[in-house]
Amino acid sequence: MVSDTQSAPRPSANASRTVRFRIKRQDRPGEAPRWEEFLVDAEPGSNVIACLQQIARMSKTAEGKATTPVCYDSGCLEEVCGSCAMVINGKVRPSCSALVDKVVGPDGTITLEPMSKFPVVRDLAVDRSRAFHNLERVKAWVPIDGTYHLGAGPKDTPANQETRYTLSTCMTCACCLEACPQFNLEEDKSKWDGEFIGAHAISQARLFNAHPTGAALASERLDVLMAKGGVNDCGNAQNCVKVCPKEIPLTESIAAIGRAVTVHAIKSFFSGR
Amino acid sequence: MAAPSKRRVIVVGGGLAGLSAAVRVAEAGLSVDLFSIVPVKRSHSVCAQGGINACNEIARQQGYSEYEHFDESIYGGDFLAHQPPVYEMAHWAPRIIDLLDRMGVPFNRTFEGQRDLRLFGGSLYKRTHFAGATTGQQLIYAFDEQVRRYESEGKVKKYEHWEFLRPILDANGSCQGIVAQDLRSMQIKAFPADAVVMATGGNGLIFGKSTNSVMCTGGAASRCYQLGAWYANGEFIQVHPTSIPGSDKLRLMSESARGEGGRVWVPRKKGDNRDPRQIPVEERYYFLEERYPKYGNIVPRDIATREIFEICVKDGLGVGGGNMVYLDLTHLDREYLERKLGGIIEIYRKFVGEDPAELPMKIFPGVHYSMGGLWTTYTAKPDGKGMVYGAPNSMMTNIDGLFAFGEANYQYHGANRLGANALLSCIFDGLFCGAGVANYARDRKNAADAADAAIFSNNERIEEDTQRRLIESKGPENPYAIAKEMGEEMTAASTVVKSAERLMQARVKLAELRERFKRISISDTGLWTNQNLSFARATGDMLILAEAMIEGGLERKESRGSHYRTDYQQRDDANYMKTTVAKFDPESSRPSISFEPYDLPLVQPRARTYGKVGG
Repeated sequence: MVSDTQSAPRPSANASRTVRFRIKRQDRPGEAPRWEEFLVDAEPGSNVIACLQQIARMSKTAEGKATTPVCYDSGCLEEVCGSCAMVINGKVRPSCSALVDKVVGPDGTITLEPMSKFPVVRDLAVDRSRAFHNLERVKAWVPIDGTYHLGAGPKDTPANQETRYTLSTCMTCACCLEACPQFNLEEDKSKWDGEFIGAHAISQARLFNAHPTGAALASERLDVLMAKGGVNDCGNAQNCVKVCPKEIPLTESIAAIGRAVTVHAIKSFFSGR
Repeated sequence: MAAPSKRRVIVVGGGLAGLSAAVRVAEAGLSVDLFSIVPVKRSHSVCAQGGINACNEIARQQGYSEYEHFDESIYGGDFLAHQPPVYEMAHWAPRIIDLLDRMGVPFNRTFEGQRDLRLFGGSLYKRTHFAGATTGQQLIYAFDEQVRRYESEGKVKKYEHWEFLRPILDANGSCQGIVAQDLRSMQIKAFPADAVVMATGGNGLIFGKSTNSVMCTGGAASRCYQLGAWYANGEFIQVHPTSIPGSDKLRLMSESARGEGGRVWVPRKKGDNRDPRQIPVEERYYFLEERYPKYGNIVPRDIATREIFEICVKDGLGVGGGNMVYLDLTHLDREYLERKLGGIIEIYRKFVGEDPAELPMKIFPGVHYSMGGLWTTYTAKPDGKGMVYGAPNSMMTNIDGLFAFGEANYQYHGANRLGANALLSCIFDGLFCGAGVANYARDRKNAADAADAAIFSNNERIEEDTQRRLIESKGPENPYAIAKEMGEEMTAASTVVKSAERLMQARVKLAELRERFKRISISDTGLWTNQNLSFARATGDMLILAEAMIEGGLERKESRGSHYRTDYQQRDDANYMKTTVAKFDPESSRPSISFEPYDLPLVQPRARTYGKVGG
């Protein structure tokens, strides 16, 4: 007889605790937001996402009123896909790695809000397509000759690889944009290209400029970052680096690109461009 | 680059298989429409950690070769995989590494600047290339970047936040496009195409908690299966030996932890509840090393998983008497761990709150990967050594014009996938078979723009009706509760160990759940970003695919790779060295199972022991 013991154990045998969630909800873009509260039995070690899953199953507010499941984005649940960023107790972060025991307030409450710098799609889900668009602005890719076999890529030193690897862990979660005073909500796509591009895109420009083949586009990237909405729009608040879940040295990237832009500007001036 | 063509190809799924297919097809001069539930950069490929296998110069000089890689994969897969595709993949692997290198993937480097290598399961040679412990993330980003480049040039059009609902088949049964739904406006729309590639990944959510991302329901494959695509080897589900149990999912703890020297152990004495650091080495049972002196901690996953299961469940030696064993990295240098395994150590720190450099990790097996998937065909070279490049049937399902790539198909991995072969098979499908798809779409006679317009509107209407029924259904059942029960049942009945008795119990339970599903009501009936509706629909599709897995498992009366039957413990080549094919019967809504024989042109089956000593 096969037992039912092939299931992984519960994370902890300790008792669960009741947590009150205050969630800012909005049915559609353009509609007025409202607040709803939910009571959740959170297992020890569980995260905000596990609580949202439970809220979806019960679809009932703390007052016992029937409601719709709270809408939110999620994916890997191990902080590597960038989907589930939201504002938790006033601070932007991925909700999968927000452990209930660590974020719950002394009054037993956790407050969830959607990111404010992107249009709300519904409840906690926002439209971050602008963050991806800004990667296109800086041509965040290596311009290879195609996918046919053309031999190995360039050799790399362990030190440069480690720098590139760290920069390349950026998952476009957009936490840095939410925290940035220079980056503001803009629903009109036609205005995006003149607005501040954001720390994530500046850092990606640094990443691809550091690759021998990627550097072929360095000048084009610096042109974009020299223009309005580029690196000079950074107000040096340094909020980005504080909220980056992957601890990417975003302010270092901004400084490095700032220097590169200065050199690029002087060169462009003397070459008469 | 070939001359541009007006033909269009739809790729469903934006993970590694889908993105590499999109790049290859666009490069061949065809337009690509790329559909994905999530922004493609957030696809489940990001979760792959350990690396990607390929023969390399150091291994080659030690006696390794592409042929060895091929042989290892066949042996690791317990002689169930078709051999020509595996042969071709192993020989393409070094080129794929070169390409990734050119695309800027930050592979770890040696002091000299060469690509570093690590040991991985099922091999005695270092042949796994890696970028920290987030290799999948780094690989998918490289393809995401190339697709963004093609998108900016107008060669690829992305439909992100769109869900695949069904393939559109014409009167001859050829695929002419898909019906998809915008997950924001909830608009249901038909899209014509001259070829459709399903690169929709695995189905871990059928087992409730798994290492998979939340969108890995298998819903897309199930929808193809329900319209006549065959589903093959569905009973072969990989349970990864080392995952971190969590209340929302099981987080993967990469095989690279063992490849880099991590050791699995339990206290020798039952009920020894001392702090693991206080237990002297001679009182620790390094059971994998003792039982498999040659491979030690890097035996293939199915074997490691069964040993851990036996230690915990049969011998009662699990940590604290429960379902846990130690995965120990504490003897390794901290700086070395950060450099080689930083990503996974961080995951353990963040989610468990303990430092693996200080304390052994506590892990247990978790559902991880589906070796089975949509049945596909290919053209073998006459001598069986590989596949014909550019053949228009490369990984085509039994439905003309409908292809399946990556984890969504059943090729390459047989009865058990070797670690670090999944990233390889996904990219290989995209690049190698993508060329075949481009040829098929360019040359096909019955082009989609000449198809009867009514089939598109008719298929839209079918999906609108299905949706209306779901919304209007007013019963007492909750889809989330049904999915949870299905996951618990499937994990209990059809993962590490199986038996006829338990599988038949699951058959009854699934029938009950299907009945209850007819009486669900969803709490959100609006038509704007309705995640509730999307999940409910996927639940119905998961229940149907789950049954194909259970029925295949019942019919396969042997033990092979990940499929272990307590009532049939031996491998039975005479009767079951065959592909399980599940065909959906629309009359009864139930699967019919048959077994399809195949040729073994190169490697003949041998006993699969990995040098196990003793009992």
